[in-house]
Amino acid sequence: MGKIVAATGNEAVAEALRQVNPDVSSAYPITPATDIMQRFTSFVSNGKVKTEMILVESEHSAMSGCIGASAAGGRVMTATSSQGLALMWEELFIASGTRLPIVMALVNRALSAPLNIHGDHSDGMGARDCGWIQLWSENAQEAYDNTIQAFHIAEHMDIRLPAMVCLDGFIISHSIERIEYLEDDKIKNFVGEYKQLNPLLDLEHPVSYGPLILTDYYMEYRKAHDEVMSKVSKVVLDVAKDFEKISGRKYGLFETYRLDDAEIGLVILNSAAGTSKDVIDEFRSRGIKAGLLKPRLYRPFPYKEIGEALKGLKAVCVLDRADAFGGSYGPLFIDIASSLYPYKERPVLFNKIYGLGGRDYMPAHAEQVLSELVEAAKTGKVKQIKEYIGVRE
Amino acid sequence: MKLKNWKEVVPGAVVTEAGSALKFKTGSWRSSKPRWKEENCIQCLFCWIYCPDMAVKVKDGKRAEFDYDYCKGCGICALECPGKKGQKAIVMEEEGK
Repeated sequence: MGKIVAATGNEAVAEALRQVNPDVSSAYPITPATDIMQRFTSFVSNGKVKTEMILVESEHSAMSGCIGASAAGGRVMTATSSQGLALMWEELFIASGTRLPIVMALVNRALSAPLNIHGDHSDGMGARDCGWIQLWSENAQEAYDNTIQAFHIAEHMDIRLPAMVCLDGFIISHSIERIEYLEDDKIKNFVGEYKQLNPLLDLEHPVSYGPLILTDYYMEYRKAHDEVMSKVSKVVLDVAKDFEKISGRKYGLFETYRLDDAEIGLVILNSAAGTSKDVIDEFRSRGIKAGLLKPRLYRPFPYKEIGEALKGLKAVCVLDRADAFGGSYGPLFIDIASSLYPYKERPVLFNKIYGLGGRDYMPAHAEQVLSELVEAAKTGKVKQIKEYIGVRE
Repeated sequence: MKLKNWKEVVPGAVVTEAGSALKFKTGSWRSSKPRWKEENCIQCLFCWIYCPDMAVKVKDGKRAEFDYDYCKGCGICALECPGKKGQKAIVMEEEGK
């Protein structure tokens, strides 16, 4: 039996990292992720972990340090948010293209300008196509569980890709919840010994990292990366099964809530899914067949599985806590629409942009959307495909 | 040389074979070509030290011919060459002349 505690999301992630005890961490503080690394550096100072902690001067250097340490042969992790992730931009692609299984906690926060420190998915969405695996977490427990599983997924010999664990800034990172920590030895056994593929520090087998790959080979490496991405879903499910054995908690590629016989459904990421579930219960008690789908593995996106899960509904609303500028729809909406495209019979679909910059997502918002879904299911029509909710008109 | 397909490339473009740069002949990039004038050479081997590639060959401790498969014609050897009595032992000449 693990330990039941009251902890914040950041505390839970830091605890998972302590238990994994990585070889190297290279990090730079940024709100609201600062707290993770602050707690972790205390573990380092107090001898609770054997991690070599590199304190750098920017996130660009933080991810560069992670890349070097990972190529050298170490198990590596870091944490960041918002502008920090943005500053890591070029390194994100280098980490994934070099196939380095770095694990990073991303405490989701809005991007500047205007400057804002609160929960919003624009940082993670901006980096959704950088070749990393992304796991999204509804609450502190999921952030803790996903962090542990992320190491196993990223380091799997069929995968070898970096992984990002996303949790909502402040709403989850700084709120205290009841959470179960597993025993240290269970986590140690679960993640196992780390083995780097072609480590730089293996002097018996010298290698070079980061060569120039021109027109004759670049596409072959990209195709290989794409192929690896297609294997991630299976590994995520296998790791989830193993994790269930030690924790009793079930994970999939996504979570469905009262979706099996649902006629209308919400698709929503992270913490706002919790609020929505309460409102769905209320609609169910009124005899309305409402359900919810919450993606967990967002990259690679399980298009086929999600399409299958949603195709039978009459109306679906995708809620995005980020906008994709360009006159189009929110990023999650674009993925859900793509997943439903292959089906002739599919639900009517619309998109709401909510909660930007940490704006509260209230039960009333879920009610408004569900009521609109009831109408859309009845008429088969949508009044406006994309709309901001909770904004002053 | 038969090019590898996407299933055959090493994950992460890691180069696992030492000295594989030998397979990549870069001499065709050259627009000017160094010429060695042995009569002015004092065997200081500065050209060998300064060459950013390995295009200056040394045999039995003595300066040998250029390896034009890898010489990109950067001209550093010619610049550094002290020569003999004001006469350079390496001079750059335009390619194709």
